[in-house]
Amino acid sequence: MAISLPPERAIEGRFGPYGGRYVPETLLAALGELSALYDGLRGDEAFWVEFGSILRDYVGRPTPLTEAPRLGAEIGARLLLKREDLNHTGAHKINNTVGQALLALRMGKRRIIAETGAGQHGVATATICARFGLECVVYMGAEDVARQALNVYRMRLLGATVVPVDAGTRTLKDATNEALRDWVANVPTTHYIIGSVVGPDPYPRMVRDFQSVIGRESRAQVLERTGRLPHTVVACVGGGSNAIGMFSGFLDDAAVDLVGVEAAGEGMESGRHSATLLAGLPGVLHGTLSYLLQDADGQVSPAHSVSAGLDYPGVGPEHAWLHDTGRVEYHAVDDQAALEGFARLARTEGIIPALETAHAVAWLRRERGRWQSDDPVLLCLSGRGDKDVAHVAALTGAAS
Amino acid sequence: MLGAPWDSLCRPDKSALIAYLTAGYPDRATSAGALRAASLGADILEVGVPFSDPVADGPVIQRASFDALAAGMSLRGTLDLIAESDVACPVVLFSYLNPLLRYGFERLLADAAEAGVDGLLVTDLPVGADPAIEALVAASPLDLIPLVSPTTAPARIVEIDARASSFLYLIGRLGVTGAGVPPDAGLPEMVARVRARSTRPLAVGFGISTPAQVGAVAQVADGVVVGSALVQALGRGGVPALEALLAELAPACARTSGPVHSRV
Repeated sequence: MAISLPPERAIEGRFGPYGGRYVPETLLAALGELSALYDGLRGDEAFWVEFGSILRDYVGRPTPLTEAPRLGAEIGARLLLKREDLNHTGAHKINNTVGQALLALRMGKRRIIAETGAGQHGVATATICARFGLECVVYMGAEDVARQALNVYRMRLLGATVVPVDAGTRTLKDATNEALRDWVANVPTTHYIIGSVVGPDPYPRMVRDFQSVIGRESRAQVLERTGRLPHTVVACVGGGSNAIGMFSGFLDDAAVDLVGVEAAGEGMESGRHSATLLAGLPGVLHGTLSYLLQDADGQVSPAHSVSAGLDYPGVGPEHAWLHDTGRVEYHAVDDQAALEGFARLARTEGIIPALETAHAVAWLRRERGRWQSDDPVLLCLSGRGDKDVAHVAALTGAAS
Repeated sequence: MLGAPWDSLCRPDKSALIAYLTAGYPDRATSAGALRAASLGADILEVGVPFSDPVADGPVIQRASFDALAAGMSLRGTLDLIAESDVACPVVLFSYLNPLLRYGFERLLADAAEAGVDGLLVTDLPVGADPAIEALVAASPLDLIPLVSPTTAPARIVEIDARASSFLYLIGRLGVTGAGVPPDAGLPEMVARVRARSTRPLAVGFGISTPAQVGAVAQVADGVVVGSALVQALGRGGVPALEALLAELAPACARTSGPVHSRV
């Protein structure tokens, strides 16, 4: 079955003024090669048939749309959950790694590198590398290695080499720096699987296309289930790949409210947050022009969130443009509210969400009263929360 | 025509020694003395603006960057430092893009020229990435120094040459800055590949740290860049150690086999 990809909104690798290829000269040839390959494959039905069959038989797609009547009653809407948590490896991340691994195979590059924060993208990359017999090296901040021991073990079990990064903030930003350094040194043999809709062109377009399966499935499922389009679609935003994948199915449906939820961390006024679109300014990091948390001297500010997957000072350039044009509303939810959302979805629906996703749950709870009780509201349940259980138990004093 | 600041890149008997230092490292006062000393011991000085996310740099310059930032260095501070250091040779400001964007490009170009900067090298602004910025630099008194890499395709070398106004900077090997792997036996061929498409002087950098390595590169290039080794010497032994290493490196720039460049 042919897949209809979202219309390309980028012009020459830019969404409005955002995006571009701000990288060391050494990487330009590889980005050019990747772009040329991808631009050719975008219209190649055989490629998308192969991609679709792996998503079906290995990842387990399509993922279900689940009614959430008890939490729905609390927020006063008909709440529908898009179950990306039920994908193989437990999050939406694998949609992208499948697509990029197919590109690496076509380029004859058998060494794969990746960055990871909480470890979900690292696990998804290690998984697909094991499946295709590719060498896999994952860079992970030393602090995240300590906090996410289980995911580190999973990656190693899958045959990946996990390299702890001790520089700078010792989190996702510095893991990405180190992955870029590796790529500069090994670019003839190595493909870098970036985990979100960030980085230089063509990554933001390419990763969006691989994640657009979320929005495509969801739109058809909601129409079939409710006979109408959702009133509101909500997703959490760190780099923004699950959100852009979901939103891409609804951007042309002007009546559908699209809402991205960033991490307010310890509060917007504390300065310790990851709300890049709400509090950042345009700047260049990791090869792309987008909103960026930075100081008056243009130094990148450390991000903070209880959720390692949102703990990133940048955001995808397409989100920057959707923010400026007003097509998507962006809001922020703090650590405390996210922890409450985490527990509330578990108690009301029997689903433990990833802490990233819990930010979107928390926004819905905060906005109760915004909808009529029969308005369909669609939440992208981007990942499951098993990885976060020990961390949350320690934070809330429930460990014993 | 090549501007006067870059005359040292046109000498038949020796290659220019280009010294890189990170502004504000290890501290502001030492850094001022180090810039002055390096400008006396080398032919061209590259002054690095410290940045929080130096993806093109290896461990030595990363650490220098972080230490300089922790000690309060900034882009404005870097320009002040250059202006105050009584620098005795041409200066290239070496930076990542974001601090320059935040400062404002037009303001930066004016302030840098006033501080005594002659050229600008931006690691994450490859030729063609941002025509608006490139046009601003072209209209300023500063020369934009483009990078060429071992992966740059021949047709792109021509394009890069067309946008350059002074010299080209060839990255001598794949990877980030720092000692470890020096440019290898493939360097002369790489240099020839660039020279076949450009008549501009060519500086070579990345991975060059010892007098022997400088000597080898000087036989084929118009300029040899040494960075991490100088930063490391400065960190370990202060300005005297920096001066001692420069004194070892400078004679290694002499050419034993005559001019390398048909233009000179």
